[in-house]
Amino acid sequence: MAVKVPIHLTVNGSEMDVELAANMTLLDFLRDRLRLTGTKECCDLGECGACTVLVDGRSVNSCLALAVEADTSAITTIEGLARDGRLNVLQDAFLAAGAVQCGFCIPGHVMAAQHLLTKNPHPTMAEIREGLSGNLCRCGGYVQICEAVRAASAPR
Amino acid sequence: MTSKRRVGGAARVTGGQRFVADIGLDGMLHVKLVHLDCGRARIASIDSSEAAAACGVLRVVTAAELPQPMPRYGPVHDDRPVLAVGETRYHGQPVAAVVAESKDEAEEAAALVRVEYEELPGVFTVEAALDPASPLVQEPDLRPGDPLNKTNLLRELRFGWGDIEAATADLVVDNTYTFPMVTHFAIEPHAFMAAPKDAGVIVWTPTQNPFQMQRIIARVLGLPVAKVRVIAPDPGGAFGGKQHPKYEPLVAILALMTGRPVRLVLSLEETFQEVRRTSCRIHARTGFRSDGAITFQDIAGDFLIGAYADIAERVIAKSSYLACGPYRVPHARIVSRALLSHTTPSTAFRGFGTPQVSWAHESQLDEAARRLGIDRVEIRLHNIARRGEAFVPGDAPADGEWAVAVRKAAAAIGWGSPLGEGRGRGLAVAIKASATTGASYAIVRLHWDGSATVLAGTSDMGQGARTVLAQICADELGIPFESTHVVSGDTATVPFDLQTSASRSTVFMGQAVAHACQDIKAQLKEMAAGRDLKLAELLRARFGEVRGEVIGVGSMRSEHDPAHPLGGRPSFYEFTCTASEVEVDQETGEILLRKHVTVADVGKAINPQHVQMQDEGAAVMGLGHTLMEQLIVDEGGRIRNLGALDYRIPTTKDLPLEMVSLTVENADGPGPGGSKGAGEGGLMATAPAVAAAVTEATGVVIRDLPLTPERVWRAIQERRAGG
Repeated sequence: MAVKVPIHLTVNGSEMDVELAANMTLLDFLRDRLRLTGTKECCDLGECGACTVLVDGRSVNSCLALAVEADTSAITTIEGLARDGRLNVLQDAFLAAGAVQCGFCIPGHVMAAQHLLTKNPHPTMAEIREGLSGNLCRCGGYVQICEAVRAASAPR
Repeated sequence: MTSKRRVGGAARVTGGQRFVADIGLDGMLHVKLVHLDCGRARIASIDSSEAAAACGVLRVVTAAELPQPMPRYGPVHDDRPVLAVGETRYHGQPVAAVVAESKDEAEEAAALVRVEYEELPGVFTVEAALDPASPLVQEPDLRPGDPLNKTNLLRELRFGWGDIEAATADLVVDNTYTFPMVTHFAIEPHAFMAAPKDAGVIVWTPTQNPFQMQRIIARVLGLPVAKVRVIAPDPGGAFGGKQHPKYEPLVAILALMTGRPVRLVLSLEETFQEVRRTSCRIHARTGFRSDGAITFQDIAGDFLIGAYADIAERVIAKSSYLACGPYRVPHARIVSRALLSHTTPSTAFRGFGTPQVSWAHESQLDEAARRLGIDRVEIRLHNIARRGEAFVPGDAPADGEWAVAVRKAAAAIGWGSPLGEGRGRGLAVAIKASATTGASYAIVRLHWDGSATVLAGTSDMGQGARTVLAQICADELGIPFESTHVVSGDTATVPFDLQTSASRSTVFMGQAVAHACQDIKAQLKEMAAGRDLKLAELLRARFGEVRGEVIGVGSMRSEHDPAHPLGGRPSFYEFTCTASEVEVDQETGEILLRKHVTVADVGKAINPQHVQMQDEGAAVMGLGHTLMEQLIVDEGGRIRNLGALDYRIPTTKDLPLEMVSLTVENADGPGPGGSKGAGEGGLMATAPAVAAAVTEATGVVIRDLPLTPERVWRAIQERRAGG
């Protein structure tokens, strides 16, 4: 059995103390332990971006991070974006732009975009393409996804 | 019609959408497969004692523990075993399944299963499949009574008309084209779950064809269809890869063996080993008159299918039948062979063989145009079938304004305008026969408050079926879109639907829903008995305090026609025109896509936004197999580029600088409002359009895909060396 390690972290605003196997990935912790299944598992190599979450505001492939590394951190997953049942600007923009098809890659795309807009509130289209280049989508042509991010970043 | 927001969209942007791997059941067990790292092997022995004794392990199941004889299954041929028996026939075919309390325990124990095996020579190429000295991929008794069962030829298909021997031509273009193995790469890896229930079983699978799955699992388990419930949560992308059974029979058996729910989630690498597009080599001899008119097509296609037939024979039949494209061709001979090999079973994949055949017929037209000095758009317009023209003699005639679509694409790409240095343009068309036979049933329940529940078995795998069916229902009944609810994906709840494939759902299920609504309207008219009442008043008057509902039933069927080469006429044609402008870096061979245009003849776009997202998605998927995607199989049959690191699909950085998606809409389709199917077209003509642009930019002609920088660079170097 793997060594258990106690950690303290915040997930979507809830503080928690947990004891985890040292080899557990952040992705498995979120999905299997916390049942936050909005974060998706696809390539397990950090190539597809489906498992993207924010760790202290930084976008991270949770399949490549150990959960114990998140000790003292604040994690935001796709489940943590909507407030009181209301979609955030980016989530709404994804729907309005028609960026969502099967939806499997979408949580990762939204989280990557969230990180991008935090860093750079008004990115150019080239910057949007660069910022989302670590997230794969197979249903769409990325055009609407990029358009959604642009719309969400527009001054209002 | 308007672009209603996607039904289920909010769940998809909040993480609430539950895919199979997101659904957990109490007491659920986890399955890990054991496979060998080679293409073909004789299994000498399997020692699972250590694995069985490992922490958390309940069972280690091999072929010996399964019912005898080994159950076999497939959509057409029952050739695929639940687990490998005696021999593995492709890289990744499982030889054992470990069932444990946790996924980590299953994975750790799987590594402890000791398999003694001898690697055997296998059939991994077209050449080997055709060599009589090669080993047989399938035992002859798998296909009893089949005169070909002592060969690796599963089927030879012959189509044609006119008299090819009598055909004459001013120019004969004679070339061979190859199309590589590519994989679907749905972002959701395949996942399966099963649980015993009431002397039967429930199977959760992200399948496009829940009712076919139900039939096959019932047969494998020897259960009545009613005792097998297939729940199909929305697939996380499918593209044909989730049409036919993979490990559903295995997980159903394991659930019954253990008496507990079991789940198997494949890795992306394992998913690659389960589904792929058929690769092929197509030899085309095409005759032309000096004015560009096609005088004959003589096409021989060799398609390398996998170790089991899956639906490959149908893929090859439907695409080869239209291997001359949407053109009038006086004389045609088409011979296509489905060749078994020791590789991943090839299955349905968006376009269903059309991208492969269009790669040949379109590239042939481009070469003829160059050699005859005719404009490449003009040669297409010269030959393309006009509305009503039976371009395949005796079959359904051209059902659209295809020349209009070509002109629209040409205009959008700026055909004929001056080109910058190192740039070129290409334009290509393709056509796909839609569903030939099939049946869809729908039930619509108009509730006492005027809202409606639609029960329809179409799988919503991203194409937005529920949204479109809700729009059709709202439109027919004259109720708000927001007052509809579409239920799908559960064989115990919704009526029969043949399958979600062939871009058929808007037409077949769309009509079934429309007919169910019309059934309701007829009942409402009877209830009104001549009174002029609004819907709400009528329902209140009829149902009162007791309440009730009006149930409408609708269907659309297209029966099997044994006299037709495909078993029935296509219910419509999916026509596409793609135009591309590229810039090629002569020193690196890299292709920059400056602009990419697709035009789809959709009859009527019920949800224009959905049409655009499907069409653009298809276009980018087409750019994948055109520019970068290919599964590389080594001499031992191993796939060398399993997974996302070594098998690249397009990202945001591979997009054309500009993408344009256009439609032609003449309300001339058989679906509601004159709609036709859509969503596959965007990738059917990508390769020939881009390759023709590369030829114009560089002067080199490449007939093998993908057009990697290395391949383009080498071609440019060879041309320079050759002067």
